[in-house]
Amino acid sequence: MMKLSLGPILWFWSRQTVFDFYARAAEWPVDTIYLGETVCSRRRELKADDWFGLARDLRQCGKDVVLSTQTLIESEADLRGLRRICQNGDYLIEANDQSAVQLAAEHGLPFVTGPAMNVYNVSTLKVLAKQGLKGWSLPVELSRDTLQQLIAGLAREGLELPAEVFAWGFLPLAWSSRCFTARHYNLPKDNCEFRCLQHPDGLALRSRESQELFRLNGLSTLSGARYDLMRELPDMAQMGVAGVRLSPEYRGMDEVVRRFDCVRRGQVPEMDPLALVEAPPCDGYWYGRPGMERSG
Amino acid sequence: MELVCPAGSLPALKTAVDHGADAVYFGFRDSTNARQFAGLNFNDQRAAEGLEYAHQHGARVFCAINTYPQPDGWEHWKSAVDRAAALGVDAIILADMGLLDYAANTYPHIPRHLSVQGSATSYEALRFYKKTFDIRRAVLPRVLSLDQVRGVAKHSPVELEVFAFGSLCIMAEGRCYLSSYLTEESPNTRGACSPARAVRWQETSGGLESRLNDVLIDRYSPGESAGYPTLCKGRFEVEGNVYHAIEEPVSLNTLDLLPELQALGISAVKIEGRQRSPAYIADVARTWRQALDLASARPDAFEVDPTWNRTLAGLSEGGLTTLGAYHRKWK
Repeated sequence: MMKLSLGPILWFWSRQTVFDFYARAAEWPVDTIYLGETVCSRRRELKADDWFGLARDLRQCGKDVVLSTQTLIESEADLRGLRRICQNGDYLIEANDQSAVQLAAEHGLPFVTGPAMNVYNVSTLKVLAKQGLKGWSLPVELSRDTLQQLIAGLAREGLELPAEVFAWGFLPLAWSSRCFTARHYNLPKDNCEFRCLQHPDGLALRSRESQELFRLNGLSTLSGARYDLMRELPDMAQMGVAGVRLSPEYRGMDEVVRRFDCVRRGQVPEMDPLALVEAPPCDGYWYGRPGMERSG
Repeated sequence: MELVCPAGSLPALKTAVDHGADAVYFGFRDSTNARQFAGLNFNDQRAAEGLEYAHQHGARVFCAINTYPQPDGWEHWKSAVDRAAALGVDAIILADMGLLDYAANTYPHIPRHLSVQGSATSYEALRFYKKTFDIRRAVLPRVLSLDQVRGVAKHSPVELEVFAFGSLCIMAEGRCYLSSYLTEESPNTRGACSPARAVRWQETSGGLESRLNDVLIDRYSPGESAGYPTLCKGRFEVEGNVYHAIEEPVSLNTLDLLPELQALGISAVKIEGRQRSPAYIADVARTWRQALDLASARPDAFEVDPTWNRTLAGLSEGGLTTLGAYHRKWK
């Protein structure tokens, strides 16, 4: 059966919100939980030890735990944080840039890659496999057809590298050194007053025709529509996709997980999880179309 | 420090060489490079002519093959590396790990530069690329502050090239999918950002409108100058405010930082703009040549000549320039 995973929380939530979220997640039918701050080094509601503590607790509840690394590494302090994660000696690492690959390989730690790592072809996967790659996520802009070719290519090479697909949530589309949330409030990044805390699912950016285009989330820009591949699960299972990633949201996540779990078991959920939350759905990337589009 | 200039065409290449470029970079006429524009870039014959001209005049030529091949394009991208090797280029600028591996194994004697699209922002990432593909040089993304560049330079195992002038890409290069989200084509997949075929201009009662795949990117008042609708430079609404929520149309200009970049041991400064005309290249190359010569002759007494900045401002988006991320306040 395909695995369900809970991606790292991309938003900035209060300490208590994060602990509450994972206390509930411990009971959900998800197999893998990615933990850690991947967007902004200023987001420190949880310290490294808090994350390690959560990792222990969730593992005790039977979850596979992966420690995710920061996506954009800019400073020596960022590298110190990364080293701390790569020296844990115990958990699998989600490498979100080549610095993490370098450090994981140096420490002999196995790692997987997140969707922001540029894995576009089998040769790249072979390079990473030599460094200790144990699994990988499809970059969000790639299509079903490309994924199918990648899986077939891996099989031809005799490489067993499970593939995961980002299947639910706002798509992480870009990273900058500029903080767009601070910019919105006319604050310098270094003194941002942690305004992201006020926007647990980002700041909506709309066209002047009120079309929801993007969500601003600190240094990152996410899609304005919610990617939803729930109805593609049977097809993915046939293709040999190992798991799907659901990206945490503030509200309604219990139901989203429950319904994805239904579908992977071949059952029909009572209702579309999209009915839970107000945001347009999209699935264009899966069909090789503009990402914002919705088929059917 | 070397001056590395863009060559979108043979006339632009020759102009860059004539006006003081130490090296020029070009791409083939397809999606194997991150600047795919209609009517620009090189076929093999033009590239051979360009190489001959540059080499006769003591300049080096780099070939950019810096998009990310998917399985159905693999052979084509691989053959682009073969073509660059056959042409005798002085370096190949690559981003994809698979292609870097291919180039390192097949043509170990041809230097490999890591493209800005490879998105290496730390010396640990550079150590990875050096160890795995023995790259000689890396182009740093335009997201680091000067202090951060200093930190990378201090421990870098390879030569560093930094952006000096031109359009400002404010997202970490190689990891921005905004364009494909709207139009299907992105720098990584097709070497295109906000592609021209998806652009539509329309005069309406509300003003001139620019659209990208039907999405309203900007609306201009009468008399306001309209820029190309690069989607991150549009005006959007956030919590009721309409503004350039991501970035203003403005160009990067780091003339002021030259002595510091030099002191950090940066090997080369890069001019952006393969889509620009030979006239533009002439002005930019000449200006930077003068600045570099002065910085190298008198590093302690270097001062930016106001005419240089006037020339460069005239060539910039919206007539404005910025130090971008090099300046921490920009963030």
